[in-house]
Amino acid sequence: MTTRLFGEPVQRREDPRLLTGQGRYLDDLGRDALAAAFVRSPHAHARIRDIDVTPALDVPGLIAIHTWEDLPERVGRALPLLIPHPALTHGRTAYPLARDVVRHVGEPVVMVVASDRYAAEDACALIEVGYEPLKPVVGLEEAVQGAALVHEDVPGNVGAHLVQEVAAADGRGAGETIEAAPHTLSFRLDIERSASMPLEGRGVYARWDGRDLRVYSSTQTSTSVRMAVAATLGLPLPHVEVIAPDVGGGFGVKIVHPWPEEILVPWAAMTLGREVKWAEDRREHFISSAHERAQIQHVRVGFDDDGRVLGLDVTIRHDHGAYTPYGIIVPIVTSTQLLGPYKIGAYRVEFTSVYTNTVQVTPYRGAGRPQAVFCMERTMDKIARHLGKDRTEVREVNFIRPEEFPYDQRMTFQDGRPLIYDSGNYPEMLRMIKELIGWDGHERRPGRGIGIGCYVEGTGVGPYEGGHVQVTSDGRVHVSTGLTSQGQGHETVFAQIAATELGVPIERVSVVTGDTRRFGYAVGTFASRAAVMSGNAIALACRKVREKALRIAADALEADPADLAIDDGMVHVAGAPSASIPLSTVAVLANPLRYAFDDEAAKATQFSAAASPDRPPVAEGEEPGLEGRDYYSPIRSTFASGMHAAVVETDPDTAEIKVVRYAVVHDCGRLINPMIVEGQIHGGVAQGIGGALYERMVYDAHGQLVNASFMDFLMPYATEIPHVETAHLETPSPLNPLGIKGAGEAGVIPVSAVIASAVEDAEGIDVDRMPISPSELFELRSAVE
Amino acid sequence: MELEITLVVNGATRRVKVPARRLLSDCLRHDLGLTGTHVGCEHGVCGCCTVLLDGRPVRSCLTFAVTVDGQEITTVEGLAREGTTREGGGFERPGRLPGAEANTALSPVQRAFAECHGLQCGFCTPGFLCTVTAFLRDNPEPSDDEIVEGISGNLCRCTGYQNIVKAVHRAAELLAEET
Repeated sequence: MTTRLFGEPVQRREDPRLLTGQGRYLDDLGRDALAAAFVRSPHAHARIRDIDVTPALDVPGLIAIHTWEDLPERVGRALPLLIPHPALTHGRTAYPLARDVVRHVGEPVVMVVASDRYAAEDACALIEVGYEPLKPVVGLEEAVQGAALVHEDVPGNVGAHLVQEVAAADGRGAGETIEAAPHTLSFRLDIERSASMPLEGRGVYARWDGRDLRVYSSTQTSTSVRMAVAATLGLPLPHVEVIAPDVGGGFGVKIVHPWPEEILVPWAAMTLGREVKWAEDRREHFISSAHERAQIQHVRVGFDDDGRVLGLDVTIRHDHGAYTPYGIIVPIVTSTQLLGPYKIGAYRVEFTSVYTNTVQVTPYRGAGRPQAVFCMERTMDKIARHLGKDRTEVREVNFIRPEEFPYDQRMTFQDGRPLIYDSGNYPEMLRMIKELIGWDGHERRPGRGIGIGCYVEGTGVGPYEGGHVQVTSDGRVHVSTGLTSQGQGHETVFAQIAATELGVPIERVSVVTGDTRRFGYAVGTFASRAAVMSGNAIALACRKVREKALRIAADALEADPADLAIDDGMVHVAGAPSASIPLSTVAVLANPLRYAFDDEAAKATQFSAAASPDRPPVAEGEEPGLEGRDYYSPIRSTFASGMHAAVVETDPDTAEIKVVRYAVVHDCGRLINPMIVEGQIHGGVAQGIGGALYERMVYDAHGQLVNASFMDFLMPYATEIPHVETAHLETPSPLNPLGIKGAGEAGVIPVSAVIASAVEDAEGIDVDRMPISPSELFELRSAVE
Repeated sequence: MELEITLVVNGATRRVKVPARRLLSDCLRHDLGLTGTHVGCEHGVCGCCTVLLDGRPVRSCLTFAVTVDGQEITTVEGLAREGTTREGGGFERPGRLPGAEANTALSPVQRAFAECHGLQCGFCTPGFLCTVTAFLRDNPEPSDDEIVEGISGNLCRCTGYQNIVKAVHRAAELLAEET
C-alpha cells in the first residue's frame, strides 16, 4: 500500500485553525448567550442559615437568581457517584447548589444569570449568604484523627478502606516474609496536592429550542455528559446533543461529570428559554474544580542480599477532599500500579481514603501512578543504598523478564479485570536509558546527582470505543468517534490510521471527535486510552468499509476482490493499474438512487446502474452507502512502560535545584505518529517537574486555599523545563489489531521519583517528600548538620 | 457609563461602545468577535491574552479597552500576511478540508509552530504567537537562552516548551529566508 502514513511524523491537521485564531473553544461560542456566574462558599465548612438575594435584584441586566430551593426535585438531587466500589462504603457527592451545608471553599451556593458576565458578577457580589461556620477538617493527619467530621454520617471521615494482598510463591503473606527477610527497611513518604490546571477552565453553553437541547461543554466525555443531562433534566435521549468543541487542555479534571454547571446551565437555558453560558475563571478553577496527588505512605520492605524484594507492605492514606464523585479510582491505581516492572514476592497494600474540607480529588494525568512510582522507586533507591549497590542493579534483579509475558501480577486493576501485563522488555529499556543519560560514566561530585525512575502504566482501559467511517461520492472519507480531544492530535492520528487502512490520501480524510450528533456511544478520553480504543475501532471500521468497497469494485471490474488493492483512492487490480475505479465511484455505486441531484448521482440512478433486474437494488443483509461502524472492546488493559533519568545540580548556598539533563525511554507499543508521542512526553515531563519541584495546593488551617492564582501556584515556565532527550522501544501489544498501547500520561508518571533520586544522590540525604522546594532542601540539610 | 472608542484592529478601524471597565480582552472577544485571543487567568500571569499594541506585546486582560482608544492592535487573527481573515467557520467551511492549503495562509511564526509541533491544545498559542512575533522583530537571531527568556512570560501546560523553543528558531530561519 503506497499511502502508508501509520508511523510517520505527519504534521497536525488541527493546527491551521488553532494557529490563526479560528479554533472554537467554549467561550468563543454563544456570543449572544446570557451569562451565568456563581456565588461560592467562602467557608471550608459551614451551615447555610439564610440567603438574601434582595440587594441584587436591582442590578441592571439581571435575569434570574437560583438557589437549591428553586431547583426541581430531579435537578436538585445529589450528583451521581460515577464509579461505585464495594470498598467505598461511605461515598458522598455534592448537590448542584449547596443544600444546608457547604464542605469546601468554592462550593457553589447561588447561580445568577444576567445579560453578561460583568452584570452577573455584580449581582453575585450583592447576594448575602448567612453562614454558621463549622469546624473544618484540613489535611490527612487531621482527617484521620476524626475529631471533627466532614460529613456528619461518615465516622472517622473514612470514605473507603481496602486491603489487597498477594502471597509469595510459598504461600506466606507480606508480613511474615518481611519479618523473615535478611534485610528490612521502613519509612514514610509524603506527596503534596497538585492539579491538572488546563489553561482553559471548564465551561458550559446550552441552547434550548422548546424541544431539543444542545449543550456544548469543555469536557473529556460528551457522550456521558449527554446521558447524565438527559437523565437529570428528564429529557428523552434523542432530544439532547452534547458537543465538546475545541478544548483547551484537560489532563483529567474534565473527565468528571456532570459538574454542577453541566446540569445547572442547561436547566437555566430551558427554564428561561434563552441561551445561557458559563465560562469558569481561574480562581473558580482553583477552588471548585478537582485536585489530585496528596498521599501519605508508610512502607515496610524485606529483601535479600542481592536487593531482591521478598515482601512489601504499603499503607496509604489518601485525601479525596470533600466528595467522591469519581469513586476511589486514584488510590486503586496507586495500589496496583505500585508494582511497576517488578516481581515482588509478597505484597500487601492497604489504603484508607478520607474526607477533608477541601476541593475534591479526582484523576489528574497519571491518576495515582506518580504516587505509586514515587513509593516503589524510593524503595528501590533505599535498598540500593542499604546494600551499597548501584541503583540500576537493584532494579534489574527485580525486573519481570521479557520471556515472562504475559505476566500476571495477581491483582485486580482499576477496570475490575486482572492485572496482567501484555508485553514489555524492561532489561533492554534499562540498558537504553543508562546509555542515553550516560549512567555508567556519570561524573560524581557533591551538588550534582543522577537519578532514575521506572514505571509500568496500564493504558487503554475499556469498556469500549467505536468508530464510524463514511466514504462519500466526492471521494472524501469522514471519520467520527465518540471520545473527545483536548490537544492530543486525534484529528491527525485517526486520519493517519484511516488513510493507511483505506489507501486514500490523508488530505481526503476528516475526523470528528466528541460530537454526539456524529457518534453517540463512547466512554471518554482518559487513562491514555484514545489511541488504543478509538484508534483500533476506527481501523476495524475502515476494514469493513474496505471489504465492502472491494466487493463492489470487484463487481464493476469483473474481478475477484482478492485481486484488488486500493492506492491513492483508486481501487485497482493488483499488477494492472489500468483496470481501476475511483473510491468515489464505488461510493456512488454503493447507494442506488432514484434522483439525479448531481452528475455523480446520475451514475447511480435506477435507469443507469448496472444492477441485475433479478436482484433487489440493496441486497439482503446490505445497507446503502459506503460506510462502516465498528467497536473495539478489549479483554483487558494494555501496559505501556518507561524509564526516565535525570541529572540535577543543587546550589550549595541557595539550595536551588536545577535539572541539567532529562532523558526518557518510552514503550507505548507501535507509534502512530512519533512527533505527537514525543510532544506528549515533553508535556508530561514538564508537568512532572512542576509536581516534583514547584506545584502544591497550600491550604491554611481554616481550609482557605491561599495560593489560588497563577501568581502563587507555581506552574513551570520555559525557564524551568530542561531539554528532554527521548528514545523509543516498541514492544507491540498482542491485545489489539494495531499493536498500540497509549502515551498520554506517560511523561508525568515517574518524574517526582526521578528528581528525588537525583537530589538524594547530589546531597546524600533522604528525600522522602514531594515537591521539594529550595527552602525544604535547605531545612533537610540543616537537619543533617 | 459607556464610552465610544476607536481601535485599529488588524488594520481595520473599528468603532465600539464599551463600559469603562470593559477589559480589552473582553472587548476584542465579545464586542468585536475576535475570539482568537484567549483568557487563561485574568490576572496577567499566563500570557494567553497577549496581543500587540502598537507593535508591543501587552496583556489584554490587564488593559481596559478605553485606555487604548485610537491605538493599533494586532491579534492572532491578524498575524498572517495574506488571505488570513476568514469570517465564520474558517477551515471547517464546506468545500475545504481541515488542514488543506493551510500553510500558505500562515505567517512564518505560525508556520514554524505547525512544522515543529509547537502547540497541542492550542489555547495558549495565540499569546505565544504574538509574543514571538514581537520578539523576533527585536531579535532576529536569538540564542536558546534568549528564546527561553523571550517566552518566559507565557505559560503552556501541554508542550513542555521544547517544541516552542524549536519553533522560535525555525521561525527566525523562515523570516530570514523571506527578507
